[in-house]
Amino acid sequence: MNTTTLLGALLPFVPMTAGLAGLLLPPSSHTATGQDAIRRVAAILGVVGATGSLALAVALLVTVDGPAESSTTWIELGGLTVTLGVRLDGAASLIAVAVTTVAVAVQIYSIGYLRQGSPDEPDHRYPPYAAQVNLFTAAMLLVVVSGDLVMLLVGWEVMGLCSYLLIAHDRRLPEAPAAAMKAFLVTRVGDVGFLLGIALFGVSAGSFRIADVLAHEHSAATRTIACLLLLAGVAGKSAQFPLHTWLPDAMAGPTPISALIHAATMVAAGVYAVTRLWPLFEATPTALTVLGVMASVTLLLGALAATAQDDIKRVLAWSTVSQIGYLTGALAVGSPPAALFHLLTHAAFKALLFLAAGAVIHAVGTTLMSRMGGLRHSMPVTFWCTVIGLGALAGVPPLSGFWSKEGVLAAAEKAALHGDGAAPGSVGWLVWLAGLVGVAVTAWYATRLLLCTFFGTPRTPLAHPKDPAVGPWGTDRTPHDPPAVLRWPVLALAVPAALLGLLGFSNWFSRQLQPTPPAASDAMSDLMPPAGLIHLTPTVLLPLALLVVGAGLAWAGWRRGGGADPVVALGPLRSVFARAFRLDDLQRTVVVRPTVVLARTARAADERVVDGAVTGTGRAARSLGNGLDTLHRAALPRAAAAVLAGALLLGLAAALIGVTA
Amino acid sequence: MTSGGFLLLAVLAVPAFGALAVAAIPRDRAARLVGVIAATLTLVAAVALPVGRNQGWTAYAATAAAVRPWHAVDLPWAPGLELRFHLGVDGISWPLVALTALLTLLCCVYTLWRVPGRGDGRALVALLLVVEVGILGTFLALDLVLFFLFFEVVLLPMYAIIVGWGGDGADPASRDAGRRAGRKFALYTLSGSVLLLVGVYVVVAAAGTADIVALTGGTELSRTTQLAAFSLLALAFAVKSPLWPLHSWLPDAHTQAPTVGSVLLAGVLLKMGTYGLIRVAVGVAPEGARWAAPALGVLAVAAILIGSLVCLAQTELKRLIAYSSVGHMGFVLLGVATLTATGIQAALVGNVAHGIITALLFFLAGAIKDRTHTGALSELSGLRETAPRLSGLLAFAAVASLGLPGLAGFWGEAFAVVAAVESGGALWTTLAVSAAIGGALTAAYLLRLLRRVTHGEPTPAVAVLGPGLATAELAAWTPLVLLTLAVGLAPTLVLGIAEAPVEALVGVLP
Repeated sequence: MNTTTLLGALLPFVPMTAGLAGLLLPPSSHTATGQDAIRRVAAILGVVGATGSLALAVALLVTVDGPAESSTTWIELGGLTVTLGVRLDGAASLIAVAVTTVAVAVQIYSIGYLRQGSPDEPDHRYPPYAAQVNLFTAAMLLVVVSGDLVMLLVGWEVMGLCSYLLIAHDRRLPEAPAAAMKAFLVTRVGDVGFLLGIALFGVSAGSFRIADVLAHEHSAATRTIACLLLLAGVAGKSAQFPLHTWLPDAMAGPTPISALIHAATMVAAGVYAVTRLWPLFEATPTALTVLGVMASVTLLLGALAATAQDDIKRVLAWSTVSQIGYLTGALAVGSPPAALFHLLTHAAFKALLFLAAGAVIHAVGTTLMSRMGGLRHSMPVTFWCTVIGLGALAGVPPLSGFWSKEGVLAAAEKAALHGDGAAPGSVGWLVWLAGLVGVAVTAWYATRLLLCTFFGTPRTPLAHPKDPAVGPWGTDRTPHDPPAVLRWPVLALAVPAALLGLLGFSNWFSRQLQPTPPAASDAMSDLMPPAGLIHLTPTVLLPLALLVVGAGLAWAGWRRGGGADPVVALGPLRSVFARAFRLDDLQRTVVVRPTVVLARTARAADERVVDGAVTGTGRAARSLGNGLDTLHRAALPRAAAAVLAGALLLGLAAALIGVTA
Repeated sequence: MTSGGFLLLAVLAVPAFGALAVAAIPRDRAARLVGVIAATLTLVAAVALPVGRNQGWTAYAATAAAVRPWHAVDLPWAPGLELRFHLGVDGISWPLVALTALLTLLCCVYTLWRVPGRGDGRALVALLLVVEVGILGTFLALDLVLFFLFFEVVLLPMYAIIVGWGGDGADPASRDAGRRAGRKFALYTLSGSVLLLVGVYVVVAAAGTADIVALTGGTELSRTTQLAAFSLLALAFAVKSPLWPLHSWLPDAHTQAPTVGSVLLAGVLLKMGTYGLIRVAVGVAPEGARWAAPALGVLAVAAILIGSLVCLAQTELKRLIAYSSVGHMGFVLLGVATLTATGIQAALVGNVAHGIITALLFFLAGAIKDRTHTGALSELSGLRETAPRLSGLLAFAAVASLGLPGLAGFWGEAFAVVAAVESGGALWTTLAVSAAIGGALTAAYLLRLLRRVTHGEPTPAVAVLGPGLATAELAAWTPLVLLTLAVGLAPTLVLGIAEAPVEALVGVLP
């Protein structure tokens, strides 16, 4: 084990230790000073865990030089080897840096954010919250560095658990527990496929170590089926159609948690897992075709659903669904570097957007955009940060999102027009066209969000003074920029959100994002120049034009309505989009209800039929006994007759047997 | 006699004499204390069993038998019945022996603090120790007839525990429910035992020996005998495990039993069934096992799916946890049914994990019911507001029970699925897929449980709770929490020692 792999192994370990320690803190104290002390310790543990892992991730990024691997046997199960080990490369360390950066921002931000309510009653469940954020980070880092599929599954599912715990954190929201359960369950349904896929690969290779699985020659059928099964898990975690339904509801969680889930962890995990196993997917066009269709549907579905939401967090949530569609689309057309590049920029700008939205929500005491407006003057810092974030989201040059989305579109275009890429050209066309339409729609809803929230007249019904749940800081009732502890994380994230895209020009950076070549052919990799991440061809004008069209339409609608929400332009489609094509209802009718009915039937059958047979046997035995008992209690004449009849019968039988013998 | 043999005898003798002493001491509290001491000594002896196991290994390796105990005691007892006092321990039985000793100790400690209902604490501790003797004897016996004897020793004291200390309250209706549940448990498992007795004597009569070491591999039995023997033995163990559709004694017994009774029932009593299936049924009649494996697999998966669905519609806390055992044991039985090394190892670790996790769940459910005096999910809500620690522990146990990777429950369930995939073919693949879907259903009902009990506004029953936990409760639960983590992170604890014996067992399968 060398320095690099040691750093990799420590990476999830540091936040995990901090998280577990944080969970052991007493949940509450009787005195106010005790409460404060606990809170302070929890905050220190939270921030130290996150910054420690950030430092490790940066150190890893500096030291990592080509793929590094180290593993030891965890357990042997009847000839199947499960290993404990790390598998590191440039992409893993870059993602780790992104994850930990967002985690640090979220931890610091949460210190201020969870001090909501009246000052004399701080949220006393902050300590477990901070600990769970650390565990969440640790789980994601485990997925990032893991060199074994089973170990990856550990991080993968622990992440699901942490999301469950954190989404349900806010006990004032009645919908939070349901949303949390939905998030865990929907991803778990996807994980049925993930587990089976892992099992197939593991059984086929005789080992769950990623390197062994990649090196093994799987039969085409096994590879295809296993890759498709893995995609189910990817769809669950990365909120891809048709398992995307949990993500918008997960908005019930505190806003920093939304930032964490949407930016760097959880949704990124699915895409990352595919890049980890890229050689297998690359060789499986069927899986890539399915992925491409899934990506295109998700991309458009998410973007269209985002247009009609009134809740600012739900707009951002649907935009995540749509942006992850770009990531999986990039994978489907055979370009993991483009996917990872967009993953990184998306992590930066989406975290920024959520944290800024949190500041807005805090200031105005509502999440509904219809009750916001004109915040540009009162919250300039938040305003400019949101502008950067939305610009990056929509793909305005030179902000980060422009370059990375351009990379995705260029890869799709190449696959469509030239047929390069592992998947068929039709998939390229599908992803490319969906991506282009998505650009226009994204520009439209990003512009709408900006206009409705920050422009126009202030129509803010400020936080209800009697409702401590949504109380803004201090007694000043005009909205204003948040205090430093919330402002600095936002400002810090604005830097990568704006500039990260320029890194795409760096050769070093694009080399880091190339998929790790299989161990056997690493001699080749040095000779091949890395495919650049940035493609400036004339076709770049196409998305730019669509961007202008989308933004322009939103602006025109807003102007025409005299500062009213441009969403009215959608007309009858509005309610369809707002309910996201009613897929939630579909899911309820097709999956949830039948399962519940089936469960009731199973219970009734179990109690009446299976157990009924048992109790019935008991009852029958008893009544048989009673019957015989009654027979034996006959009166004397009948009893005497019976004895004589019996004697006669026996005698007859003896005589007959005697005759025959 | 070697020190290993001495330890083996001690593991059985200490709780037996402990039970006598507890029954003889007139003062209640002192008697319970003596019970705790006896249980502690038993645990020490049980934990010490692997010490010096290498000598035992080489001594028996020469015979190349499929069962190679670390230590053994072999004394004649009743030659006319083919009965020898033959005990031994190896990597398959030791984790269960240790688990039994640990859970009994935890139950005794818990009883030191709280005696359920109206009963006499002294008698309860004595009965717990007798149950322990029976269970430990079952895991240690290497003679079929002896195995049967110990198997039966458990029955009556457990019946007494359910009837004497069970039921929800002192009113006649609940006492009656407790009595009914106890009777059902005793009669149902007794009818299973009849099959076991017949099966044992079918084997003994055909082979002329009752020595499990000699019998394992089935070399002395004809195919027909093996099929008959396996059917009889498997049916008997299926009642105990329990395998759907022979499970219906379980929900009543577990629900009505006192907390310590449920803990022992779910924690180790069910394992007698799965252990017997692996050691006796599969070992003695491997051809029969191969013949019946598909049916066993189908029933196991039916248990997983039906068990989880029934849980999804349950409205009572303890009953839900009781039913969850049907699903979890389904995974264990699926592992056994694959008859692969992977599957049997998964079954072993699943056995232990279920013992740890479900014991914890029953302790917690008991704590909740003791405090709120209700188990109806509709009357429980908002536990995290008033009792955050209890709620956190419940969440931990539930999450472990749903098989979260990194905790104990994961290995058994995931690798039962892997083993089914490994077996290949249409049937086993379908079974693997269905079992994996059952895993998702398991998550569904446990999350539903958590949502009902821990989240939301506190109900009147929950609102009066205080956040504190008693020292005895912490003492009883902490080892289980730590073990859940330890087995989850280092499954080698269970599987490292089981690998060789499982390989040996799989080696004799046709």
